[in-house]
Amino acid sequence: MTLMTPDKSQENQQPTQWEGSLEELKGLVSERAFTGETMLLNMGPHHPSTHGVLRVLLELDGEEIINLLPDVGFLHTGIEKNIEHKQYEKGVTLTDRMDYLAPMNNNFSFCLAIEKLVDLDVPERAQIMRVICLELTRINSHLVWLGTHALDMGAMSVFLYAFIQREKILRMFEMISGQRLMTSYMRPGGVWRDFTDEFYTALDSFLSVFPSKVDEFQRLLTNNPLWIDRTQGIGIIEPETALAWGVSGPSLRGSGVNWDLRKAMPYSGYEQYEFTVPLGEHGDVYDRFYIRILEMYESVKIIQQALKKLPRKGPFRSENRKFVPPPRAELGRSMEAVIHHFKLWTEGFSAPDDEVYVAVESPRGELSVYLHGTGGTKPRRVHFKTPSFMHIAAMPVMSKGHFIADLVAIIGSIDIVLGDCDR
Amino acid sequence: MGVVSSKLGNLGVVTTTLDQVFNWGRNGAMWPLLFGLACCAIEMMATQASDYDMSRFGMELNRASPRQSDLMIVAGRVTRKMAPVVRQLYDQMPYPKYVVSMGDCASCSGVYNNYALVQGVDEIVPVDVYVAGCPPRPEQLIHGIMTLHEKVRGESIRNWAS
Amino acid sequence: MSLPQPKDPVESVKAALPTAVLDVTAFRGDTTLVVAPEQIVAVCKYLRDTPGLVYNFLSDISAVDYYPEYNRPGRFGVVYHLLSMLYKRRITLKTYVQEEEPVLDSVVSVWPAANWLEREIIDMMGIDFNGNPDKRRVLMPADWNGHPHRRDYPLGYETIMFSFNVEEIMKHKPKATE
Ligand code: SF4
Repeated sequence: MTLMTPDKSQENQQPTQWEGSLEELKGLVSERAFTGETMLLNMGPHHPSTHGVLRVLLELDGEEIINLLPDVGFLHTGIEKNIEHKQYEKGVTLTDRMDYLAPMNNNFSFCLAIEKLVDLDVPERAQIMRVICLELTRINSHLVWLGTHALDMGAMSVFLYAFIQREKILRMFEMISGQRLMTSYMRPGGVWRDFTDEFYTALDSFLSVFPSKVDEFQRLLTNNPLWIDRTQGIGIIEPETALAWGVSGPSLRGSGVNWDLRKAMPYSGYEQYEFTVPLGEHGDVYDRFYIRILEMYESVKIIQQALKKLPRKGPFRSENRKFVPPPRAELGRSMEAVIHHFKLWTEGFSAPDDEVYVAVESPRGELSVYLHGTGGTKPRRVHFKTPSFMHIAAMPVMSKGHFIADLVAIIGSIDIVLGDCDR
Repeated sequence: MGVVSSKLGNLGVVTTTLDQVFNWGRNGAMWPLLFGLACCAIEMMATQASDYDMSRFGMELNRASPRQSDLMIVAGRVTRKMAPVVRQLYDQMPYPKYVVSMGDCASCSGVYNNYALVQGVDEIVPVDVYVAGCPPRPEQLIHGIMTLHEKVRGESIRNWAS
Repeated sequence: MSLPQPKDPVESVKAALPTAVLDVTAFRGDTTLVVAPEQIVAVCKYLRDTPGLVYNFLSDISAVDYYPEYNRPGRFGVVYHLLSMLYKRRITLKTYVQEEEPVLDSVVSVWPAANWLEREIIDMMGIDFNGNPDKRRVLMPADWNGHPHRRDYPLGYETIMFSFNVEEIMKHKPKATE
């Protein structure tokens, strides 16, 4: 180790230059950038408030943003390609790691696609269990968003309070799946295991206090004049523009478009639950913030209704042994079960050479899966259209003409997760 | 630890070795680089938040600038596009510097053995402590940091000057 | 205000653009129109603007590679998923692109959202889109070779370290003390 002598590796390094030429930016930044009238500034990929590894190239006139070019891919993991080399059920494990704030939603969307492709039924009870998990994940994701969004804007304490609640949800996930974050709990045909008794107790106590905690967050932010000053009128996106740019989820509803896939095109039995879809008016940062806050209350309502409907005992996974491995207890008793078990865990099940498309409402927006089988046991192609990808693409529309300090608010308000964007 | 107990004894004079004082100081305030890559960063945030509270170990200050930090926690998968950035951040940190590779992805690219990822961050920067898990629980990360502290405690200032 | 009656998308596209529809398939309740590649922009415009259809939201564009089997009319398929929020239904458009000349027309003029989705395909599948305003790579580094999502592109992997090859592997890893 060399403390006193200068770093050798830096000595013969050239000063870092921006690789790539201005030429390739022709047509993307304004003409004034080429004469040096406006400034090109790089932000990220290592930046405290870009929520991960987003890089944006800003064209600035003073402090005003003239143009903005997001650059993603710093977290491109090749998940889609990796799933093509795995059996269907094993691919579920990889989907967790895409949108790591809402792993259950990713599992669910992929399982839904598999179920549609092979025409597999899901028991009623498993659907209710899925809804409970999905809504818990939604709360979980919104809590992280709330904490980091507020932290970016200088409100440290919200982050600490939000994470106390989040820990409770993670503990519950651990009770049912054995993992805090990467649960892989949803499987084709249902869920992995039944809810445990302690999960019910923990969920009950969580639901009884959580709404009052959201009130607490609201007291810290909703009417806070500083918060309002920094968020209202910033990052406005008109409903028509938002639709054309493929913005979805809370960011779209912030512009006042009443579109929630859970309501409009229900899946997994969402049509049986009563809930409202909060809508904004102005499409600014504040509206998007407030909608997510209200959505947390709605999620609590959905979970309560689901808990009422959920029988404590019953099937939690399909009985179709062509696709679903038998439970362990059966292996000792039945030869057939052993055969199915062996077949499903070595070779996997086959799916037809055809394509399906499903879309679900993830906490961030419309998450859709395109799945193409080969006729064999591995998929030919999986493609995830992820909401963060579309939202980052739409970021230039929202932030033109704003100050550079507002960009942090805008990035926070569209709730991007770079793992979700780059996959 | 000699320093604290002798102070409490109101002795007026403390005898210890320079190494001990120095390493005690470094252990007590090791500033990590605020550097999140992927899912593991969320667990790192949880470690810093209320329940696990990493500031108990003198780590409440996460510096966004590499020039002010001693410890880089590589939390998450390092892609080939990100690798030059990671290396540059590492080069910008002042000595003595340490790297904790948090999670399977950073250690060996975990479940993704494919074209897009650097197969372990130790291909581009030297790593002191590996923390396994996908993601490691906050307790595991804290244990990794304790292990690093132990390593630091064993170092001697004499070796630096050379 | 009353909504115009919903129209059947397949019949109306066939009537309006007779040469565009090559085939219609249905699988698990989803309708897929196989569209002639040169007509894709016209079909998209028609589906978006016709009262009674109004597919106003572009959900997804993805591409699929039929590499080893070649069991479809072209090596690549490009799939457009459209959503009509008014009538709450979806439709899938599919075009086949030949291996020798993987080029399509861009639908950015119809939905700006297509911009990044097409960029992703340019990057990962190597299918070019005429008229896309920004053809830089989006996910991979700018100097990357090849298109990773093609089926003939290897997944890539690392040799696993065992005690017999540990020295060889450790050779190229950087050390803390030099
Ligand atoms: S080790 Fe697991 S949790 Fe950590 S970054 Fe990798 S995939 Fe994510």
